[in-house]
Amino acid sequence: MSTTFEAVAEIISDTSDIPLEEITPEKNAFTDLGIDSLDFLDIAFAIDKHFGIKIPLEQWTEELNENKADVDDYFILGKLCDRIDELIAAKTA
Amino acid sequence: MLLEYFQMIDAVESLDTAKGSIVARADVPKESTVFEGHFPGSPLVPGVLLIETMAQASGFMLLARLNFEKMPFLANVTSAKMRTFVEPDEVLRVEAELEHDGSGFAATKARIFRDGKKICDSKLMFRIMPFPNDTLKNNMLDRYGEISRASAG
Repeated sequence: MSTTFEAVAEIISDTSDIPLEEITPEKNAFTDLGIDSLDFLDIAFAIDKHFGIKIPLEQWTEELNENKADVDDYFILGKLCDRIDELIAAKTA
Repeated sequence: MLLEYFQMIDAVESLDTAKGSIVARADVPKESTVFEGHFPGSPLVPGVLLIETMAQASGFMLLARLNFEKMPFLANVTSAKMRTFVEPDEVLRVEAELEHDGSGFAATKARIFRDGKKICDSKLMFRIMPFPNDTLKNNMLDRYGEISRASAG
């Protein structure tokens, strides 16, 4: 069974045509991997379906726009996977 | 269909907002300036307008689910197939269903049928955003009212 990060990395590689070896937990999806917001919709869609969750993109975007959060808080891949694990845990709790 | 005004849906035949599905009718006009260029002597509905038709059916379904509080904007044509030509004066059945209700986005699957035969299908994605102004919101509400009444009448 793959880890959350392995699954997310495969999704990103498949949807954005980025070599798997370039996708590491410390990378920021936008600033390091060059993923744009439209690409990220595909990624969010695939993550939602794969894990049976709903990434709260609207809430995150609102927090970023209001300077209540930094883009690294959500889109560093390691942190993104932590958030996904929290959503999975909340779903099964 | 008023192709020049991008009014692709003529009537909503059925709508299930909870399930996220819609069946609509689109009547291809006998004449349109679009046909003068596409193509001279052989008028066909452009494939992009068939995609737009599937997007609008999806869009009205999403608008109804959202109680017209936000607007779905087409963001991604993940796939689209146009299986045959569509000519003037044809009646099309357009079906769309919600594939995924994401946060700030939605994915749909849509199809067009003619005489019971599937002639187009697509997978589409929409960004769900606030209306940029009341003019667009009111226009969407008015248009939805028109196509809903058309099915009732």
